[in-house]
Amino acid sequence: MALIEVENLSKQFRVARKPEGGRGRLRRLRRDFADVHAVDGVSFAVEAGEMVGYIGPNGAGKSTTIKMLTGILVPSGGRLSVAGFEPSRQRRELARQIGVVFGQRTQLWWDLPLADSFDLLKHIYHVPMARFAANLERCVELMEMGEFLRTPVRQLSLGQRMRGELTAALLHDPAILYLDEPTIGLDVVAKARIRAFLTALNRDAGTTVLLTTHDMGDIERLCRRVIIIDRGGILYDGALDPLKARFATERTLVVDLEEPAPPLEVPFATVERVEGPRQWLRFQREQTSAADLIAAVARAAHIVDLRVDEPSIEDVVLRIYAGGAGERFSSTPSPG
Amino acid sequence: MGSELALYPRLAWSRVRGQVEYRLSFVLMLVGYFAATVADFLAIWVIFLHLPLLAGWTLGEVAFLYGTSYVSFKLADMVVGHLDVLPTLVRSGSLDTLLTRPLGSLFQVITIDFGLRHVGAIAQAVCVLAVACVTAGVPWDAARVAMMPVTILSGTVIFASIWVLGASTVFWTMGNGLEVMNTFTYGGNQMANFPINIYAGWLRRLIAYVVPLAFVTYFPSLYLLAKEDPLGSPGILRFASPLVALGCVAAARFAWGQGIRHYQSTGS
Repeated sequence: MALIEVENLSKQFRVARKPEGGRGRLRRLRRDFADVHAVDGVSFAVEAGEMVGYIGPNGAGKSTTIKMLTGILVPSGGRLSVAGFEPSRQRRELARQIGVVFGQRTQLWWDLPLADSFDLLKHIYHVPMARFAANLERCVELMEMGEFLRTPVRQLSLGQRMRGELTAALLHDPAILYLDEPTIGLDVVAKARIRAFLTALNRDAGTTVLLTTHDMGDIERLCRRVIIIDRGGILYDGALDPLKARFATERTLVVDLEEPAPPLEVPFATVERVEGPRQWLRFQREQTSAADLIAAVARAAHIVDLRVDEPSIEDVVLRIYAGGAGERFSSTPSPG
Repeated sequence: MGSELALYPRLAWSRVRGQVEYRLSFVLMLVGYFAATVADFLAIWVIFLHLPLLAGWTLGEVAFLYGTSYVSFKLADMVVGHLDVLPTLVRSGSLDTLLTRPLGSLFQVITIDFGLRHVGAIAQAVCVLAVACVTAGVPWDAARVAMMPVTILSGTVIFASIWVLGASTVFWTMGNGLEVMNTFTYGGNQMANFPINIYAGWLRRLIAYVVPLAFVTYFPSLYLLAKEDPLGSPGILRFASPLVALGCVAAARFAWGQGIRHYQSTGS
């Protein structure tokens, strides 16, 4: 049996609709409801030790799925099994098997030093002293947290706090780690640190990771398998590479030139935008490499700075719709 | 349940530690609370400047009612009064974070804070109660000494349950109407300060049998003060407070459970 099994999962919300027109008191008191299908017939399985990106545009149903997997929300239909538990019915038993990091919310005590939050969690989860010490030490070492362990959480930077959140979610050795936007708002260095830690965690402890993110970089560095969800249903489930080859072909080179110039004319690229000395050049992965394009630009003008933008998840989803005429397709899930 | 009881002191202390860190400001706050609530008792005392008896009750006896009710109310306020943050928790999604832990949801919301500041008001009420214990003419014996903590505890549990019941409505109303519920807690305490026979019949029945405020102090005090009930209620009611408290706990647990279930199926 897979560690996470999701079968035909669905969730409908009743939302009140404003009554249209109408007159009289009774009319106004009666409320109209509409059913919103936030998750609609989703099925997938995750084996122990996998690291899966669960991605999709805003409102696609990602968070609703995660909330059902953690037992926060009760599904409207379908079957769900996580680590052998039925999440909503066995929420508290399941809680010992999972760690959760919601990027936008904290599970730490705002007014306490980070170390004190960890100590409270040790008691909440009944973590044996030796295991607690070992887990904490590993996190502190790998994520260089030593110097701010005694700092109250409210005074931590976002990057420091996020390292604290990850540690807090891992003290009780969960089999599964759910991460909801774990790198949101972080700078490049902080992102790299978090990604390196997650890679090591998955490799050394075998922790299964389910990750939702808008950051293509997170997915590329961490996940071999992605599940793309949109409008409540699965659009793609499979390896990342074929997906990229097929849909994430368009990239953008952003160059800062020494001085403003007319739109550059280089082969295989079209200038999308010009803003003073900065220009955005769109190009296809299969037509030219970033290196060749940069060389071509360098021949035409003097480059001060540059970066290559990967397509966003939203772009990929849009292209899947455009390419596949909205039809859902799926490649076989990567084993193990 | 057991593991949560064991955790409570640790979590409560983690909330209190920050509050007492600045000792002087904390002491000043306690003194402030003490002074501010003295006015509540003065309001009762002023009535007796003009009347020897209030519906058959002396100043000492009403002070006894006031003391027991107020201590119970403020103890409940200290433990569960911060349930009024629930609408914020629900709207911000912080409740989700709590639901990912292996602990009960109500327990976790309650341990978000511990209202140690209410000690100031409790001290005031204890002072009034101590004086009343001497001046109200309680015929002290072993049974009555034992009955005192039972009364205070039952009252605390009744108030706390009403609080939880009220807070549970948040899962449906998203916090609209929480003020209405406060009329039952804060307002309820004000009412319980006085003997219920001064109220009109419908109101009396409401606070005796629907929102069981009369069991916080009125009925047990009839026994403690060895008073005839001017309303002629059955004598057994004088000892019913612990049972009523248990009933309130059951009602509160049910309401909270339904609320969480509603939240889990709607997400808000």
